[in-house]
Amino acid sequence: MSDTEPKAVQLPDATRLVVSNSPHIRGNDSISKVMAEVLIALLPAALAAVWFFGLHALRVMALCTLGCIAVEEIWNKCAKRPSSWKDGSAVVTGLLLAMNLSAGAPWWICILGSLLAIGLGKQIFGGLGYNPFNPALVARVALLIGFPQLMTSWVAPQPGAWTALDAMTGATPLGASGAAVATLKDLFIGNVGGCLGETSALALLIGGAFLIVRKRIKWQVPAAFIATVALISGLVHHVNPALTPPAIYHVFAGGLMIGAFFMATDMVTSPMTVNGALIFGVGCGLITSVIRIWGGYPEGVSFSILFMNALTPLIDRYTIGKPFGYIRIKKEAAQ
Amino acid sequence: MSDKPRKFKGGVHPNDSKALSAGKPVQDAPLLDKYTVIIHQNIGAPPELVVKKGDVVKKGDLLAKASGFVSVPLHAPTSGTVSLIDKCPGPACVSVPAVTITADGEDAWGDCLEPIPDWPNTDPAILKQRVADAGIVGMGGAGFPSHVKLSPTKPIDTLILNGAECEPYLTADHRLMLEQAEDVVLGAAILARILGLKTAVIGVEENKPDAIAELKKLAGKYNVTVQSLHVNYPQGAEKQLIYALTGREVPIGGLPMDVGCVVQNVASAAAVAEAVLNGHPSIERITTVTGEPLVNPGNWRFRLGTPVSKAIEMAGGVSVQPAKLLLGGPMMGFAQNTLDVTVMKNTSGILLIPVETASQYTAEPCIRCGRCVEACPMDILPATISQAVENERFDWAAQLNVLACIECGSCSYICPSHRPLNQQFKRAKAEIMAARRKQQKK
Repeated sequence: MSDTEPKAVQLPDATRLVVSNSPHIRGNDSISKVMAEVLIALLPAALAAVWFFGLHALRVMALCTLGCIAVEEIWNKCAKRPSSWKDGSAVVTGLLLAMNLSAGAPWWICILGSLLAIGLGKQIFGGLGYNPFNPALVARVALLIGFPQLMTSWVAPQPGAWTALDAMTGATPLGASGAAVATLKDLFIGNVGGCLGETSALALLIGGAFLIVRKRIKWQVPAAFIATVALISGLVHHVNPALTPPAIYHVFAGGLMIGAFFMATDMVTSPMTVNGALIFGVGCGLITSVIRIWGGYPEGVSFSILFMNALTPLIDRYTIGKPFGYIRIKKEAAQ
Repeated sequence: MSDKPRKFKGGVHPNDSKALSAGKPVQDAPLLDKYTVIIHQNIGAPPELVVKKGDVVKKGDLLAKASGFVSVPLHAPTSGTVSLIDKCPGPACVSVPAVTITADGEDAWGDCLEPIPDWPNTDPAILKQRVADAGIVGMGGAGFPSHVKLSPTKPIDTLILNGAECEPYLTADHRLMLEQAEDVVLGAAILARILGLKTAVIGVEENKPDAIAELKKLAGKYNVTVQSLHVNYPQGAEKQLIYALTGREVPIGGLPMDVGCVVQNVASAAAVAEAVLNGHPSIERITTVTGEPLVNPGNWRFRLGTPVSKAIEMAGGVSVQPAKLLLGGPMMGFAQNTLDVTVMKNTSGILLIPVETASQYTAEPCIRCGRCVEACPMDILPATISQAVENERFDWAAQLNVLACIECGSCSYICPSHRPLNQQFKRAKAEIMAARRKQQKK
């Protein structure tokens, strides 16, 4: 064969061509990628928890994550639905649940929490995408109401001590004597008692920033949430310092950081529109402040987010913006 | 206008894959033995056939005449004999009527339209009639008769030439603007004269700097401006282009003339220059033949009626079996089930999609992430409309302005759950229109 001889030109086999609707290319995003990025964002907080609370934190996280996967798969089996734990949403729910528990939580609390989160919080509504409430928060609030003593007794942080476990009182920096319980620096880096994920504001901020940069969450939700809490608590403290600690304590203590960046921003249960996100954030902040300052519970983040979750469909409906080129419709209607 | 690239709200950034063919100069496709010309190539009424089997035609002779105002004539792509008038595969996977011309090999022009070299002093009405007689349509993909857009019933102050070419893979307009910049700019000037305007603006995505530079060299001579556009799909969608260049929003259900604009594709403008200066009707176009499975992707000047199989042969055939064959780009193009479909006036691309990128997805539940809401250039809520369609609530979908959807596919592209949003909206629009027609009958 010489080089000049033309090679036979191969044509596509028309019988093997796929006919489908446009678009014919897709972005390479997927649900498991979304969940993987949320897990990456939770990593700093998880590491901080292990540093401050030792292997006990690791135990709680492992129990909750495995528990959630197990509940998800057992439910799928019973409901004859395809396996779904690989999409990563159950892992995220499990880790978020662990972040809401104390390092001293007994094993059965972790398992019961998983059952409540995946079963009552998610699968009963039809699984991923159909749950009206944040599953991890459903579990947290159910446990808080069922076992108030257990859910509010914290473990003292012991940085670098892997196995020590010292129970401490339920005093919280959100009480009127906030400054006496913890210094601001300890609050910021997480050297205080509390749930695994509630303590280190720094670690949560790093994770939250990652999610905002990756456009996985709307920055409007945490911004509006935290700003509202700071504003209200600041005003109240200014008027009556005996009632509540300064705004800065409200921002860095308790569950506000993890709530604002990881719970309130849950895609499934928060509004899709930007204006909706702002309303959602302000609503969360308002209810949190009211519960913290005047309510019976020291912490109100979970309740506020669940309450706003219930309002999400309504918010979405009333914040639908004007479509591009809306002017004409309006004019025609007026005629 | 400032030199800053203009943009619109929303959109997506798919990998543009234009490197496959962007550097390949346009080649004239060799003359074939026969051409199967689809008769209905325009939006509007199909033209009326004026030839019968056995007729001898010259290149550029009339094959079918316009059958109304929104209709365009069709001309013979080469000289030869009308050997068959029958159905052939159309671009929408259904058979359509077509005329087959068996070429005599001489490729001789017939009695063409009279050239109008003195166009700057010619009555605009005569120039407009020439555009109609030459059978020119929107060559970017829509195939809307150009002369209709040149007959606005509202005052016009801006003529826009669409050189955005925002569809990935396609480079036909890019090569045209680079190699025939003078034709494009001349066409712009002629179109401006028809509309009674002094100037025109050519919008080009800034990923084609060589074409922008070439156009700018000539812009002053013909008093047109060249404006670079932000690279963002769907920048070339008519409404988005108008917004980027003028800041005006075409009302939903309205036309560009409602905001004083007329938009023409750059290839259509070049065809106008050809029709006015040389008297040649629209019988050929530049088409990008591309895709990873092809041995030698590139840009060709094809006569109307060139079968896709011949085009793929010219591009060296395929090295692997592709998953899809498309007419047009990957975002809005039409999938084909045969290689016998032929090049039409609006065939901007013949695209082979490899198996790896055409993977079939299973739709997963919506996780309400809102990416589609961000991406939608029309500011509607794809996720919510999708919910309405799934529940067969087309009235709700209509309330949510699904009719404003331009079917650009950005929402489907970006969706992490791989939901068939674009398909659902097409269905919803069809259902709503059907329901309205039914109501009107009552």
